[in-house]
Amino acid sequence: MAETMTLEIHRGDTAGGELVSYTVPSTPGMVVLDAVHFVQAHHAPDLAVRWNCKAGRCGSCGAEVNGKPRLMCMDRVDKYPAGEPITIRPMKTFPVIKDLVSDVSWNFEVNKKIPAFKPRNDRPPRFSQEEADRVQEFRKCIECFLCQNVCHVLRDHQRKEEFGGPRFFVRVAALEMHPLDDGNRTGLLKQDLGIGFCNITKCCTEVCPESIHITDNAIIPLKERVVDEFYDPIKKLFRILMPQSRPEAGD
Amino acid sequence: MMAEAVLANRRGGLGRTERRDLWWAGPLATALGLGGFVVYATFRALYNTDFRVVPPDSAYILSPFYSPLIVLPWLPPWVSPAILILWAPGGFRLTCYYYRKAYYRAFFLDPPACAVGEARGHDYRGETRLFLFQNLHRYFLYLALIFLVILSIDVVYACIWPADGGKTFGISVGTLVLGTNVTLLTLYTFSCHSLRHLVGGNVDCFSCVAMGQLRHGLWKNVSLLNKHHMFWAWTSLFMVAFADFYVWMIASGRFTDLRIL
Repeated sequence: MAETMTLEIHRGDTAGGELVSYTVPSTPGMVVLDAVHFVQAHHAPDLAVRWNCKAGRCGSCGAEVNGKPRLMCMDRVDKYPAGEPITIRPMKTFPVIKDLVSDVSWNFEVNKKIPAFKPRNDRPPRFSQEEADRVQEFRKCIECFLCQNVCHVLRDHQRKEEFGGPRFFVRVAALEMHPLDDGNRTGLLKQDLGIGFCNITKCCTEVCPESIHITDNAIIPLKERVVDEFYDPIKKLFRILMPQSRPEAGD
Repeated sequence: MMAEAVLANRRGGLGRTERRDLWWAGPLATALGLGGFVVYATFRALYNTDFRVVPPDSAYILSPFYSPLIVLPWLPPWVSPAILILWAPGGFRLTCYYYRKAYYRAFFLDPPACAVGEARGHDYRGETRLFLFQNLHRYFLYLALIFLVILSIDVVYACIWPADGGKTFGISVGTLVLGTNVTLLTLYTFSCHSLRHLVGGNVDCFSCVAMGQLRHGLWKNVSLLNKHHMFWAWTSLFMVAFADFYVWMIASGRFTDLRIL
C-alpha cells in the first residue's frame, strides 16, 4: 500500500475560508503542486489553483506552504516531516479570489508608474559584457510576487498606496543601472515607490526562487542613489558647484 | 478519502505564523549577541582603567575601545576617553545595512522573522522620518576608515619592544590580537554597502567614465567582500570585544602577555 500524506488546503474566497484536509498518496519526486493536482483530480475538481509551466519558470504557482512563501512546483513534499500535515494557503498579502488563487493585479498597477527604458543619444549603443552582467541578474525575475507577498511593509503594514515593493525595486534597478539608459528614477523611488519604507530585513531575498540578491544588489544600491540625490549635503554642494544635466525619465 | 474541514487561523499579531521551523532562533541569537556586546562595551567604556600596557615592561598595547587615546583633564571623571570616541565606530555599526536588518528583526520585531506576524497598531514609517539618520552611514564610513589607520598604527606600536635602553622589534600574543582585530575590522569596513556604492556602484557605464576600469575593478572586489558582510560584521564585533578584554586582562596583571618573537 502506497504511503500517504495529509494536505490542509485553503478553500474559500473573499467571503471567508477554511482549511480542508485531504489524503494523498505520496510518490517519489512529488512536489506540492503534484499533490494539489491529485486533490483536484480525485477529491475536489472545483479546487482553484493557478499554475502553468510546472518548472519554476512562469511564477504562477506561488503559495504559502507551512507558512513559507514558495513556488509549489519547486517544493518537494519529501522534505517535510512524514506524518505531519502540509498546510497550503494562498499568498497572504493579496486578496483571495478562490482557494489558492490570489488577485495580484495591484502589482501591475505599480508597474505602470515606472518610466520605461530611455535610450541615451550621446554615445554609441555599445556596452561591455561586464556591464551587462550587473543588470542581467535583475532580468531573471519571473514575477512570482513571492517577494511582494513576504515583504512586511505590504503584508503586515498594508502600505500599498505608498510603497512599491521589492519586485519593482528590482525592475527600477534593471533600468537605472543599465549603461544605455538615460532616465532618472530616484525621485520616483523616494516618493511614489516609497523606498524609505523598506527597512532591509531581507525577507524578499530569502524567498526569491531565482536567487536574485534583491536587497544587496537592487534595494541597497538604489537607497544609496536616493541618499546621493536627496540626503548627502556634500554631493548637493558638488551639484551646485558643478551642475550636470540629468533629465528625468519621460522628459 | 473524505475531505475534512479543520479550523483556519489567519489572524495577524505578534509572533503569529504557520511556520514550523525554529524561526525565533535567529532573532534570539542576534538579540543575545548584540545585547551582550552593548552591555560589555558600555561597562568597559565607563570602567576607564586597565585599557593599556606601557613600556618598559612591554610594548605599548592599547585597547581598541580607547584608541585614539584622547585625555581631556577638564572633563568629569565618568567621561572616559572611550566615550569620546566610541560614538564613531558605534554609529558606523548602528547605521550599517547588515546590523539594521539584524536589530530591526531582533529588537524592534519589525518583523521578528519572514512571514511571522508583528505587533499591530503602530504607525510603521520604515526608514523615513525618525530613521532618516540611517542615511548618515557613508559619513560614519569615512570616520571608520580613519579609525582603521589609527588602529593599524597601534599594531605597529605593539611591535616595538624596549631593549637595553633602546627599542627592538617583537611580537606577542597581544600584538597578534590587535593585528587580527584590525584585519577583521578592515574586512568589515571594506565590505560595506556604502563603500561599494562610492567606489563604483554609482556608475552605470564603466566604459564611459574616467578611470572606469579601475572603478569597475574596485566595485567588483568590494562586491566579493560584500557577499560576506554579515560574517565580517560578527567576527569583527567579537574580535574587538575580545581585543579589549585581552588588554584589560594583561593591564590588570591577571594574564601575562606572552612574547613570541
